[in-house]
Amino acid sequence: MEFGLSTQQTLLVDSIGRYLARNASLERVKRFVNENEKRAHDVWAGLCDLGVPGMLIAEKHGGIGCSLLDAALVAETLGSRVAPAPFVATVVMAPIAIAQAGSDSQQSRWLPALATGSVIAGAAVAEAASSRQGAAVRRDGSTLNGRALFVLDFEADVYLVADENRALYLVEAAAPGLTRQSLTTIDKTRCVGELVFDNVAADVLPGSGDPEVCARVIDAGRIMLAADTLGAAQHMLTRAVAYSKERVQFGRVIGSFQAVKHMCAEMAAELEPCRAMMWYAAHAFDAIPDEARLTACHTKAHVSEVGTFVARTSTEVHGGIGFTDELGLHLWFKRIGANRQLLGGPQRVREEAARLQRLVNLC
Amino acid sequence: MDLSYGSHYEAFRQDTRRFIEANSHLAPEGPALDREKTRAWQKLLIENGYLARSIPKKYGGYGAEVDLLKSRIIAEEFARAQVAPGLGGQGIAYLVPTLLELGTEEQKLRFVPPTLRALIIWCEGYSEPNAGSDLASLATSAVLEGDEWVVNGQKIWTSTAQIADWMFCLVRSEPDAPKHQGISFLLFSMDTPGIRVRPLKTMTGDSHFNEVFFTDVRVPKDQIVGRRGEGWKVANALLLHERDDLGDPNATLTRLHALVDLMKNEAADGRRAIDNPVYRDRLMRIQGRVMAMRANDLRLLSAKLNHKDASLAALIVKLQGTELRHELEGLAIDALGEIGILYGDSPHLRDGGSWQSMYMLYLGLIIGGGTAQIQKNIISERGLGLPREPKVTA
Repeated sequence: MEFGLSTQQTLLVDSIGRYLARNASLERVKRFVNENEKRAHDVWAGLCDLGVPGMLIAEKHGGIGCSLLDAALVAETLGSRVAPAPFVATVVMAPIAIAQAGSDSQQSRWLPALATGSVIAGAAVAEAASSRQGAAVRRDGSTLNGRALFVLDFEADVYLVADENRALYLVEAAAPGLTRQSLTTIDKTRCVGELVFDNVAADVLPGSGDPEVCARVIDAGRIMLAADTLGAAQHMLTRAVAYSKERVQFGRVIGSFQAVKHMCAEMAAELEPCRAMMWYAAHAFDAIPDEARLTACHTKAHVSEVGTFVARTSTEVHGGIGFTDELGLHLWFKRIGANRQLLGGPQRVREEAARLQRLVNLC
Repeated sequence: MDLSYGSHYEAFRQDTRRFIEANSHLAPEGPALDREKTRAWQKLLIENGYLARSIPKKYGGYGAEVDLLKSRIIAEEFARAQVAPGLGGQGIAYLVPTLLELGTEEQKLRFVPPTLRALIIWCEGYSEPNAGSDLASLATSAVLEGDEWVVNGQKIWTSTAQIADWMFCLVRSEPDAPKHQGISFLLFSMDTPGIRVRPLKTMTGDSHFNEVFFTDVRVPKDQIVGRRGEGWKVANALLLHERDDLGDPNATLTRLHALVDLMKNEAADGRRAIDNPVYRDRLMRIQGRVMAMRANDLRLLSAKLNHKDASLAALIVKLQGTELRHELEGLAIDALGEIGILYGDSPHLRDGGSWQSMYMLYLGLIIGGGTAQIQKNIISERGLGLPREPKVTA
């Protein structure tokens, strides 16, 4: 029995962490944010060299065939560095959907290109997770019409699109009739946008008639967002602890005051179980089908709640300086804030958890 | 990741299940201690390797190799069957391993076998009225007169003192030494003249604790564990054996299932509690937290098995586990509405009034065994490396 990370997994996290420390420094992230860059080609190139884009893609399509836990550990590392890189859609959601529901020709066309990172995929599935008024994609014969909001990894070459019946399609960014509009969010480290479909040719994933495929893609996305939050929140806790050991007031470091110590202890006490919870959810996604969906929902909701608490508390431990743009701590605060809402906020996802257990009276 | 225990262990699980099914009618039930039944049950469990499993035979144990997974399976299966897993607590869970580690051979042979068989029930004489969170400032004195320690003072929050046969007790034997170096760890019979026990009724209405008063209690000189002045070290070794059964996530899960049942069945204004979206969201939020604590528990087990460090994950269990349980019990009371205030033997009472009594008991457990605030000090100092509060120099 072993419930922990393997040596290989630890090495994976270390090598990506080291790469990001060098190539996605706070200075680099700030430049991406302040200059409204769309793609950080330099950061992405290195991730491609490390094999990140093809993590979940089978070897026969040029990928590495890692577990979802491996991917979640990378998401955690990206979150801890607020890395300006696409991930959740292009590395996780789209490859899973195409591998599970794509035709042979769709697989051989898209998976090898996604695996090298030469093509980036976005995911327009928010409506299947929690549908906003006025947003929905419907299929009319052989074309798609409507609107998709909160498209993940928006600066993409191809999009995974869910229609109102949760069937999945691939739509190229340059497809005639497709209008793209990026959305400005609190989190400028990643790109989110909207797509408007005006009789766009529909390339359906033939296996996606079963709505289970779309649900599973969303499960995977939720686990990744939770892992990203875990990494970002762990970073904020580490920063708060470090700051409270050096900041002196009233003649002593503030970390010696119980008021401050207890804030740090509360963050650690809430956050530490999230790590095991994230491991469990990712493992269940691959290996425990009975528990996979419920665990994904609860992990998304719980880690989001804890993330919000840590984001606020760490900022407070820093005092006024925590509120400044210069320190940059707000980048983590905002990343956690965005992860919380995307693919269903905590209340929405908990309601889904209740439904899964037949605890909701539908009449 | 490999969450299976393996076929060898699954066979052990089946054996354990069969044993429990065949013998559960012999298990003592209810909160009161039935000595006859308890002793017979202890004997049966030890002889079959379901208790004191890795304690050597010469000290009254079963004498098997240490095997964390088998211990885990035993705990899981007894919990699943809701059958008493044999006595734990102050004597068996805390004192026995401490004696095996730090006691003399004579002390091991004298105290361990009868403790395992429930022939000696122990209580823990630690806290005092003026030494709670600051335990090391304890003042109960022990003065050596000839071959005897003479003990005077008072203990408080002493669980089971009203039924205990013996006490292990922290006393100040070196009044002139610095406070941590002036403490000794004594063992004595509760029949010794000069001991008075006064039950302390708590907010739940039960007497979980006692005050214990000592007036010239004479203790043979050799009934000391470790050397004189080394009692704090012994107390700390014992603390390591105080299992994190406070807020155990598996017990919390059992309780969560009961809460779900309650909310499905309890209705007000023609609507079940579970159909109220606010209550339902609170329930789901608690379920998520229970899930996180169970995953954390799995990580701790795995870390022990594979000798990996998970110290922060361990430090937070008492704080998080007791808070979570308190909140869970509180949701049941809210879901019950007015019914939630019923207590004792009232008509219309649900589940024997256990939601209220557990709600209150868990507030006690948030405070007891190191308050939530002391836990936060420990987490921040040992887990995060923050400095201790500077000492006040008056």
